[in-house]
Amino acid sequence: MKRFAGFIRKEFYHIFRDTRSLFILFGMPIAQVLLFGFAITNEINNVDVAFFDKSKDATTQEIINKISASKYFTNKQMITNDAEIEPVFQKGSVKAVLVFEKDFSEKLTKENKTYVQIITDATDPNTSNTINSYLNSILQNYQLEINKDIKAPFQINSETRNVYNPELKSVFTFVPGVMTVILMLVSAMMTSISITREKELGTMEILLVSPLKPFQVILGKVFPYIFLSVINAIVIVLMSIFIFKMPVEGSLFLLGFESVLFIINALSLGILISTISSTQQTAMMISLMGLMLPVILLSGFIFPIASMASPLQVISHIIPAKWFIIIIKAIMLKGVGLSFIWKETLIILSMTLFFIIVSIKKYKIRLE
Amino acid sequence: MTDTNVIQVENLTKKFGDFVAVNAITFEVKKGEIFGFLGANGAGKTTAMKMLIGISKPTSGNAKVAGFDVFTNSEDIKKNIGYMSQKFALYDDLTVKENITFFGGIYGLSRKKIEEKRQLLVEELGLQNIVNELVGSLPLGWKQKISFSVALLHEPKIVFLDEPTGGVDPITRRQFWEMIYKASNNGTTVFVTTHYMDEAEYCDRVSIMVEGRIEALDTPKKLKEQFKVNSMNDVFLKLARNIE
Repeated sequence: MKRFAGFIRKEFYHIFRDTRSLFILFGMPIAQVLLFGFAITNEINNVDVAFFDKSKDATTQEIINKISASKYFTNKQMITNDAEIEPVFQKGSVKAVLVFEKDFSEKLTKENKTYVQIITDATDPNTSNTINSYLNSILQNYQLEINKDIKAPFQINSETRNVYNPELKSVFTFVPGVMTVILMLVSAMMTSISITREKELGTMEILLVSPLKPFQVILGKVFPYIFLSVINAIVIVLMSIFIFKMPVEGSLFLLGFESVLFIINALSLGILISTISSTQQTAMMISLMGLMLPVILLSGFIFPIASMASPLQVISHIIPAKWFIIIIKAIMLKGVGLSFIWKETLIILSMTLFFIIVSIKKYKIRLE
Repeated sequence: MTDTNVIQVENLTKKFGDFVAVNAITFEVKKGEIFGFLGANGAGKTTAMKMLIGISKPTSGNAKVAGFDVFTNSEDIKKNIGYMSQKFALYDDLTVKENITFFGGIYGLSRKKIEEKRQLLVEELGLQNIVNELVGSLPLGWKQKISFSVALLHEPKIVFLDEPTGGVDPITRRQFWEMIYKASNNGTTVFVTTHYMDEAEYCDRVSIMVEGRIEALDTPKKLKEQFKVNSMNDVFLKLARNIE
């Protein structure tokens, strides 16, 4: 036990004397959470729109006022002819143009039917879709307003309520994602690099010749990162609660337990990577390409899994991060207990066992 | 006690698939002896040594190190040997003091014992001014000396040195060999591999490996007589040519 304590002290010296690893360990998590929390969002706010009002009557004016008054849109400019539409988009800031047809109000009252054309800048299809649906819902509301005295014969009214995230804050999905990415990065990449570093420098040989058993060496290398990753997880959760007002509906204890399980999963992956790479460079490349990209792209963190091509959906099943994101979202937002997420927990657990067994096998072969 | 064998090797063989890296080597090393283990690159020196220090399992044959069998008691062997590799593996980002404490610790020395050893080491090597410096900032010669002392920290019966003098200047090499003699006088057996044929002259006995086999084994003096040459360098060249 005393040997082990000395080993861990040495590991902390390594970590605290290397500014690069210190930055990855502590600077990056905070920077990422803040970035994703504040800067990167898929909500729309104050989007610039332009209006081409061929009718210029009371109704169109009222609609324009409504749209401009909403917090989602800003009336950037009024256009007076078709030729101006294209240049407006090309300048870049305007994302949508509304074109009201001639005699808008008159047609509405006499023919009961009139048209407004919505032209959106679809260089970013997602934003364009969102803008479209926001504009439509404002138009719909207005329609309801002017029809409120008339009783339509048949009506299906939908009333939407978004449970677990009523304001549709994107930070609620980013925080679990960032936490997953950070824990994966810190645990897997940092351990694989620190183990391969000993190999590269030749100190691993010295350690293996010492009375320390191979598993003690590996445990000693891994233990500090469990500790640091737990601290990271706590910092991220605290930031999400106090800065982004994210709720933690479920049990903090369960959240802690699942996080530790995921950390161990990532660590065992890190050990596995270190058994197949002999230099720090290789370990880093494998961690970045083999872990980071799938974690960011295929875990459901940024792109919804349900809308992926089916081969990618299959691949996403073998990514531990996908299951962990499901778990934290369920605990933090839905407040469920273990009985609802035991399946995901079991998957992560068995993946962890698998990684550990494979690492032990590989490690033995290397020693031969 | 000088005639007891601390290393006893019989027909020790290591194969990697079809390739025979070490081919039935047989030798013994006496207590306190400085045993030179020579051979060209790829002759099988390092593989043979790895089997003796318990990090590689032999394919066949027998070997006992410090009285323990390499097949069954490699853990006991590890407690009784010291090892220094060609990279003088100390941790560059730890101070001299921290390195000593760490390596003492993994060999299970008590805190008091480590403290004692460290003070002794500091005095012997004159480390007073650099004991709190990071090892990475020290010249190669210092690293090598400290590395050797660290390998002897737990007072092993045998110390294995794998090309310990690679890349250092002749004066430092000479000083290093003085440390080796001192350890040998204190009863520690020294098992050393080297490229430098002048160093081979410093050994009590020398074995020369060629293509996995031990082709010659005797004192440097007798080897020179046997091959009718004036230096170990010529012994080595003659042996290598005969094989070709």
